[in-house]
Amino acid sequence: MAHTTLSDPRVDAGTKNDAVALRGLTKSFGKVQAVKNLDLSVKPGEVVAFLGPNGAGKTSTVDMILGLSKPDAGEVTIYGMAPHVAISRGQVAAVMQTGGLLRDLTVRETVVLTATLFPGARPADEVLERAGILNIGDRRVGKCSGGQQQRLRFALALLPDPDLLILDEPTTGMDVEGRRDFWNAIRKDAATGRTVIFATHYLEEADAYADRIVLIREGEIVADGTAAEIKNLASGRTVRATVTHLDREALTAVPGVDSIEERGDGVLIHASDSDAVARYLLTATDARDLEITSHNLEDAFLALTSSKGIS
Amino acid sequence: MTSVASPTDRSRIQRRIPPFGGFNFTFLALEIRRILRNRRTLIFTIVMPVAFLLLFALPNKDQPLGNTGYSYAAYVMISFAVYGAMLAATSGGGMVAVERAQGWSRQLRLTPLRPAAYITIKMLSAMFLGLIAVVAVFVVGAIMGITMPWQVWILSGLVAWVGSMVFATLGLFVGYLVPSENVMQILGPLLAFLALFGGLFVPLEVLPQVLQDIAKFTPAYGVGAIARTPLLGNGFDWWALVNVLAWGIIFGLLAARMFRRDTKRV
Repeated sequence: MAHTTLSDPRVDAGTKNDAVALRGLTKSFGKVQAVKNLDLSVKPGEVVAFLGPNGAGKTSTVDMILGLSKPDAGEVTIYGMAPHVAISRGQVAAVMQTGGLLRDLTVRETVVLTATLFPGARPADEVLERAGILNIGDRRVGKCSGGQQQRLRFALALLPDPDLLILDEPTTGMDVEGRRDFWNAIRKDAATGRTVIFATHYLEEADAYADRIVLIREGEIVADGTAAEIKNLASGRTVRATVTHLDREALTAVPGVDSIEERGDGVLIHASDSDAVARYLLTATDARDLEITSHNLEDAFLALTSSKGIS
Repeated sequence: MTSVASPTDRSRIQRRIPPFGGFNFTFLALEIRRILRNRRTLIFTIVMPVAFLLLFALPNKDQPLGNTGYSYAAYVMISFAVYGAMLAATSGGGMVAVERAQGWSRQLRLTPLRPAAYITIKMLSAMFLGLIAVVAVFVVGAIMGITMPWQVWILSGLVAWVGSMVFATLGLFVGYLVPSENVMQILGPLLAFLALFGGLFVPLEVLPQVLQDIAKFTPAYGVGAIARTPLLGNGFDWWALVNVLAWGIIFGLLAARMFRRDTKRV
C-alpha cells in the first residue's frame, strides 16, 4: 500500500539535509515481516511520532535507526551518516523502553559514568536538573520508580547534547503523573531545536507532543501528516447546525459531504471538508448555532490501523 | 510545536569521538566501586578463601613441607591464594551476564564506547578483585605466622594474580554464554571442581594416578603448579606454562566468539 503523504515537500527533499532518512527499510524475523520497504525522511527540528499498535514495527524501525539491528534491505542515514558513526559522535541519543540501567549504581553515578564516554558532555547536574531528578541523585537505580528510571534514561540521552533524540515507547508502564512529568521534561527540551522521534501507542501523546505523526501498521506507513490531517484523513469532521429550510439536494452536492442526518430542526453532517459545508450553510441557508466537531485521533487511529479498508 | 529555528545553531556543537575507544579511569574506578559494594561477591571471593585457609592451614602449621624447611601451611596458603584469585577474576568477568540481563550492554551500544575498551575495563576490574583476593589470603597467612622468603611471597603472589587472567576470560565467556543474573551459581561448582583437579584443595599426589593425569589438562593446574614452584624449588614445569597459555587462548577465543554473537543479535 502506498502511504499517504499529506505534508509534502519534506519527502522529496535531498537526504543530505535530513536528520533521518530511511530508504526501502526492510526487516523480517523468521516468517514475520516486521518492517516492509519503509521510506521516510525527517527534517532537523521536527518532532515526529511513530504511532501504531503493538507489533506494528515501531521498535524494529527504531532499532535499525540506532544501528542496534541490521536491516535485511534498505538504508538508514542520520545527518547523512551511518547510525554507528552518528552514535560515536554523540549526534544521536535514545531513550529505550525498558532496561539499560545498572540497579547497583546510583542515579548520579550512572550519569557520571556515561558522561565519561562523551567528550564535551554536558555537566551531570545540568542533565539531572533538566530531567527533573537532581533531587534523587544519590538513590540507587534499583530503588527508583519506573518513571524516575525513565527520566534517568532521558538524562543520559541529554549528555552528548544530541541533535536527534529517539524515544521508544518512553512512558510505557508509567502512571499518569509519571507520564505528565516525563513529557513536561521532553517538551521543555524540545525548545532547543532538537529533532525528536518518539514511538508510542498512546494516541494522546502523539496528538499532544508531535508536530508530525507517522502512522504505522504491519510494518508499513499508512499515513503521515499533522495530527489534524490524520484525523481528517480517517473520518473528517461533523458539522451540526440548526436550519429551518434545508435543501437536502444542494447540501449533498457540497464537496466532501459523506452523510446527512436530520434531527428536528437540526442537522448533522459528516464531511471530509467541513469548511466547505460550513461555508455553504452560513452563506446559502439560514443556519445558526453552527458547531464543528473533530473526530478524535482515536477514531482515526482505529480506522487506519485496524482494517485494510481505508486508504 | 517548536519552530525549526535552531538546527543551524546546533550544527556549531563540537562533535568528537572519545580517545582510546572510550576507555577511561573514571569508568574503571566506578566499576571497581560496584564490585566492592557487592557483598555477595566479596564473601564468595575474599571471605571464603580466607576461611578455607584458616580451616586447612591452621591445623597443619607445624607440619613440615617435605625437606624444604617450610611449613605445609605455606603450601596451602599459596593454593588458596590461587583459588581466591580464580574465584575473584571469574566472578568479575561473569558480571557481564548481569549487565546483559539488565540491558546495560545494549545501553552502552548507544554510546561511543568501543567493545575492546569495554572488555579491557571488565578484565582490569576482574583482575583488581583478583589482586584483593590474593592479598587477603597472604595477609591472613602472614598474621597466622606462616613464613616464606620474601621472593616467594612476591613471585607466588604475582603468578596467582596474573594467572587469574585465564579465569577472567572464563568469566567473560560464561557471562556471554548464560543469559542469567545468577551466573555464579553455575560458575561456583565449576570452579570448585577445577580447583580440586588443579591441586588447590589437596595435593594432586593424594589422588589416583588416572585422575592426576587428567588433572594436568584442566585449567587450574597450570597456575597452581607455577605459583607453588618458588616455594618448592622443584624446577620450572614447562607443561604448566603450556597449560596456562592454552587455556588462556581457548577461553579468550570462546569469549570473543560469544561476544560477537551477542553484539550481532542484541
